Amino acid sequence: MKSTHPSSVNALRALALVTALGAVAPAWAAEEVSLYTTREPKLILPLLEQFTRESGVKVNTVFVKDGLLERVRTEGTQSPADVLMTVDAGNLLDLVEGGVTQPVKSKTLEEVIPANLRGADGQWFALSLRDRVLYVDKDLGLKSFTYEDLADPKYKGKVCIRSGQHPYNTALIAAMIAHDGAAQTEAWLKGVKSNLARKAAGGDRDVARDILGGICDIGLANAYYAGQMKNAAPDTDARKWGDAITVVRPTFANAKSGGTHVNITGAALAKNAPNKANGVKLLEYLVSEPAQVSYAQANYEYPVRKGVKLDPVVQSFGELKIDPLPITEIVKNRKLASELVDKVGFDN
Amino acid sequence: MWLSAQQRGPVTLGFALTIALCVLTPVLNLLWTAAAGSFEHWGHLARYVLPQALQNTLALLAGVGILVVIIGSACAWLVTAYEFPTRKVLTWALLLPLAVPTYIIAFAYLDLLHPIGPIQTALRTLLGYDSPRQFRLGDLRSLWGAIFLLGMVLYPYVYLSTRAMFMTQAASLLEAARTLGCSPLQAFTRVALPLARPAIAIGLTLALLEALNDIGASEFLGVQTLTVSIYTTWVTRSDLAGAAQIALSMLVIVVGLILFERNNRKRQRYATTQRMRPMARIRLKGPVAVVALVLGWLPVLLGFVAPAGYLLAETFKRLRLVGTVSDALLASLFNTLTLAATATVVTVVAGLVLAWSGRQLREGARASLGRLLGRIASLGYALPGTVLAIGLLGPLVFIDRSFAHLFGSAGLLLTGSMLALVLAYTIRFLAISVGSTEAGLARIAPSIEQASRLLGETSAGTLRRVHLPLLRPALAAGALLVFVDAMKELPATLLLRPMNFETLATWLYAEAARGTYEEGAVAALAIVVAGLLPVILLARADLKIGHALESKDA
Repeated sequence: MKSTHPSSVNALRALALVTALGAVAPAWAAEEVSLYTTREPKLILPLLEQFTRESGVKVNTVFVKDGLLERVRTEGTQSPADVLMTVDAGNLLDLVEGGVTQPVKSKTLEEVIPANLRGADGQWFALSLRDRVLYVDKDLGLKSFTYEDLADPKYKGKVCIRSGQHPYNTALIAAMIAHDGAAQTEAWLKGVKSNLARKAAGGDRDVARDILGGICDIGLANAYYAGQMKNAAPDTDARKWGDAITVVRPTFANAKSGGTHVNITGAALAKNAPNKANGVKLLEYLVSEPAQVSYAQANYEYPVRKGVKLDPVVQSFGELKIDPLPITEIVKNRKLASELVDKVGFDN
Repeated sequence: MWLSAQQRGPVTLGFALTIALCVLTPVLNLLWTAAAGSFEHWGHLARYVLPQALQNTLALLAGVGILVVIIGSACAWLVTAYEFPTRKVLTWALLLPLAVPTYIIAFAYLDLLHPIGPIQTALRTLLGYDSPRQFRLGDLRSLWGAIFLLGMVLYPYVYLSTRAMFMTQAASLLEAARTLGCSPLQAFTRVALPLARPAIAIGLTLALLEALNDIGASEFLGVQTLTVSIYTTWVTRSDLAGAAQIALSMLVIVVGLILFERNNRKRQRYATTQRMRPMARIRLKGPVAVVALVLGWLPVLLGFVAPAGYLLAETFKRLRLVGTVSDALLASLFNTLTLAATATVVTVVAGLVLAWSGRQLREGARASLGRLLGRIASLGYALPGTVLAIGLLGPLVFIDRSFAHLFGSAGLLLTGSMLALVLAYTIRFLAISVGSTEAGLARIAPSIEQASRLLGETSAGTLRRVHLPLLRPALAAGALLVFVDAMKELPATLLLRPMNFETLATWLYAEAARGTYEEGAVAALAIVVAGLLPVILLARADLKIGHALESKDA
């Protein structure tokens, strides 16, 4: 036994090394950056390809739905992640709170991104904005609307919306708690619930589809989906749904606000980033003029960079007056918002 | 091999215990996470969430359970006991819905049955309405909708296990029943059905566990199940500990289901030493044959033809627009098949080891340990995929770090490669291979084994030369079910896969996340088509057994 022992260990060692080499070979390549994202990477793939062409840095991606924080935290110092990207403010700040990010000092990022759309200590940065708007049956001719109006009994049986527990909705409800208080928000949720035309389920695009299908007249959804659908190729289903609606940007009735609710997509530098410099380079590239144009015109979102030209269809939705409530305020109320959704049985 | 025959028993047992430990690890890790969290949200949950979620979950399970037992066992009986046109094709066509994941059937039916979908549009034209605002049918998004759709793709589990039982067990007993004056229907209800009870229980348990863990269809249809509330607690409220607590409580339901199944199997010994022989089929004629034909094909139509046809139509639309299938999609098809095949081999071998040593233990002095092993093996199937993956993440990375430390290499051995996914799939789907192997073993009478041992063969030799050949159909059925399930797996794959790695399911999910379902149709169709492969193999293996029996009979 004794004589075979070292050789078998060697064999094991060789096997492990070969496997490890095959698995993580890119980690030793000279110029690369690894991106963990809850944002579907194909949307920003053209951007990443452009980044690689300009900088010579290869981008590895993994699209994680839930559990981004858990994965990076567990990987710890072994984590190959350089940049972490999410599509919801709450998820982004969870990463900061979970201790998997590190501060970035970058003049470019600080100049381009307004102060309320990044962490004061450089732990997180917003890359684009997504306004939550009202899709309206185009025959209805509705012009202005407040989020509070959704609970108006005159819309009984006419409202469509996705699950109240979806981050897009809990963020909106959290903002309303900040503006109107928890008690009033609960009453509002009850009102909206009793106005629902169908179960609070599905996605944002289903709102447009269900309006075309005569199930409801109005509903909440993110604006960029309308941009997508209205820009879809003629004769596709998506185009038919998009053409059936008009977009109205609601505002909070609260005088302090008077603005439209927005959520953010954003990114942060991972705490144990093995390619720190390339990570910062990628972040800076994502707020550059060409990248922000792509956000606005290929994804139909609102750029964080000033003076970037919007997609014409999105432009036609009118001026976006952003709710001045700080992102951190919204994130703070998120848990209470989710509990109120349970309490009124919104999704039942 | 340097071990003597006496030493091999403990070696098998050692492997079995190691496998059981692998399954237990994520559960224990979750237990740890759950215990470390606070329990203050349980007041909120008990008041506002759990009553509704529990009620929905139980109603869903009851509904799906009734549906799959009725469809599965009735169809199995129909194709085994009667002869009518297209029966042979129907025998394997009834398996086709296995290839359709729950999230795909939900998505397809939402579009098909939508007020602006093809069915309601045709109906409106027929009735002379020109707008859905004048006339539309009720909404599919409901508990009833979920029960119907899940039932339509999950009944094959019951069909498969029950038909195998009818084919190999029932003939002589049924003929006796008929000789004693039972009508065919009486023979079914009084002999075949009670005989098939353990088989029905196996299929039913698998179907119910799948329904319990479903998240995709529930999300589409707006059914607030326990699994949905686990996700909400974790994702929306960032409370992983709380989610783990609910997930572990849900295990109680699962353990109940598993005990129910084991109990059903325990009551009687079904082993037979008789030669397997199919029963003589009764030929149906005239209107009765037409009714049998229509009823038999209905589940195939609803569970497979409608969703697959829909995806085919959408894919054609898409290809007309874009003209080509991307290389990346082909790469993810390759990944999917490689991954599923590897995981299947590992899972079946692990299942065989567990089932075999469980049986050895049960025959010996440590019977309770044997039963325990089997139950532990089923735990992985009982947890929602993402929850299992979260439980696995810690142990996997621990191993990775230890390796890196030991060999001084950077990077991640398991989570940086496909190995983590293979392990996750094995733990998740072990219940299927253990279950089918155990059921197969149960049909082999202990006397055969005793004869072999008396004649001087070792335990391992008996397994190799006696049991394995007899087990082949059960192993094949288990393997193919694992393969199909591995291909459809989404939540654990999303979390545990390495960078730049896509399977068909993650590809489809990414398309859905972009809000471009139309493009997802191509990937969805690929999943269904690739899933057909093992289903057809399964059907062929099944038919071959059938033919062999028939020719032996002749």
